[in-house]
Amino acid sequence: MKWSDFFTSSVGKKLIMSLSGLFLIAFLVVHVGLNACIWAMDDGVMFNKAAHFMGANVVPRVLEIGLFAGFLLHIIQGLALEFQNRSNRKKGYAVKMGSKGSAWYRKSMGLLGTLILLFLIMHISHFWVPSRITGLEPTYIDGKEYHDLFGRMAAVFTDNIGIVILYVLGCISLAWHLVHGFQSAFRTLGLTNHKYIRLINGLGIGFSIIVPLAFALMPISFYMGWV
Amino acid sequence: MEHYSMNLTLKVWKQKNATAEGNFETYQVKDISSEMSFLEMFDVLNEQLIHEGKDPIAFDHDCREGICGMCSMYINGRPHGPWHGTTTCQLHMRAFKDGDTIVVEPWRANAFPVVKDLVVDRSAFDRVIQSGGYISVNTGVSVDGNTIPIERENADKAFAAAACIGCGACVAACKNSSAMLFVSAKVSHLALLPQGDVERKNRVLNMVAQADKEGFGSCTFTEACEAVCPKEISITNISRLNSEYLKAGLSADKAH
Repeated sequence: MKWSDFFTSSVGKKLIMSLSGLFLIAFLVVHVGLNACIWAMDDGVMFNKAAHFMGANVVPRVLEIGLFAGFLLHIIQGLALEFQNRSNRKKGYAVKMGSKGSAWYRKSMGLLGTLILLFLIMHISHFWVPSRITGLEPTYIDGKEYHDLFGRMAAVFTDNIGIVILYVLGCISLAWHLVHGFQSAFRTLGLTNHKYIRLINGLGIGFSIIVPLAFALMPISFYMGWV
Repeated sequence: MEHYSMNLTLKVWKQKNATAEGNFETYQVKDISSEMSFLEMFDVLNEQLIHEGKDPIAFDHDCREGICGMCSMYINGRPHGPWHGTTTCQLHMRAFKDGDTIVVEPWRANAFPVVKDLVVDRSAFDRVIQSGGYISVNTGVSVDGNTIPIERENADKAFAAAACIGCGACVAACKNSSAMLFVSAKVSHLALLPQGDVERKNRVLNMVAQADKEGFGSCTFTEACEAVCPKEISITNISRLNSEYLKAGLSADKAH
């Protein structure tokens, strides 16, 4: 079987969604862990150093290219699948099934993904673009120059309730997307043993609550003056 | 439970043929017994229509005992109606109350085109089966049933998967019009048994390829199929199909 046939079949397309999704889940772990440095209560010294490492070291910079590729693959394939699948029923039902037998978030991955995409565009323009392209105010730690990303976070979130709310909504979309996506990714990879399915379901729900909650607490912390 | 009779309003999809537009027709049926099956209620209605000189409603049915998979009505927003694990023919009128309005539609999917009224063409499923849902056996004297030992757990899982009657409710319920529950039931049934080993790789590759060609969508694990399946086929079979597909697709060494 040719690779092209394998990855363009209905199962292969889902495999791409599964693998790119798991890759993005791994990225979330790195992202949330690094950002948690804002709570070191040292006016952002640890966080700015950590962010500096991610921006200056060659390994994370190369991985960053992979990250963008992973995002693009997941977004483009996801949208393509959503439209292809919808087109398989040209004439719909007069009485819809609604949530009978299928929870709303399991059927709304396209919508949730699109909301996350909109959030992502705003998020990248807030932080990645100034840090990597247009430039940020420098800060000096032990005489060495660093990008003041901590200061940038403070500027974006402090006294800006609208942006804080948009970030929290983005995190809520992410949470619901993960509740389905986490375990669905493993089922697509062929997990059939119920012992492991239960484990993955539990891990998935835990991950979907803890990680988006930690992310949501970041803008809230700046707004409330906790950091 | 006490027997009762009811008067109902039915809104049924009427479509003259495959190319006609089609629309909902409203019918009144009276004195329907709570002990009738849903199809018997349709028989009463059709007899009434024939007496009135009108065109009766075309619908698929055969065994009327829940094992053939022919009946295929989408009732009030759910394939096979409101009861769990039940075919339309086994749905009884005690599921409804006097004065209810019931909306009946055909299965909707491009791969299941309407032939007439509530009858859809499900030959796509036949072609999926033809592409790989079989095993090679020696002809001649039949062998003893216990010649090949099979692990009890696998035998039970294979049997549960083999219970699929190919009615198409999974496709009808799926937002993606995916046939994966059907395909995976057939793949799992044979993949779990030693008899299925000979065609193992080609089976899953060919059946998925045929399902794709027929215009069924991909599975996104919304679980709607499992919820409406009259034979309660487990969605875990789809994970097994994925596993079989990955193993076969990554190891098969010829063009498909």
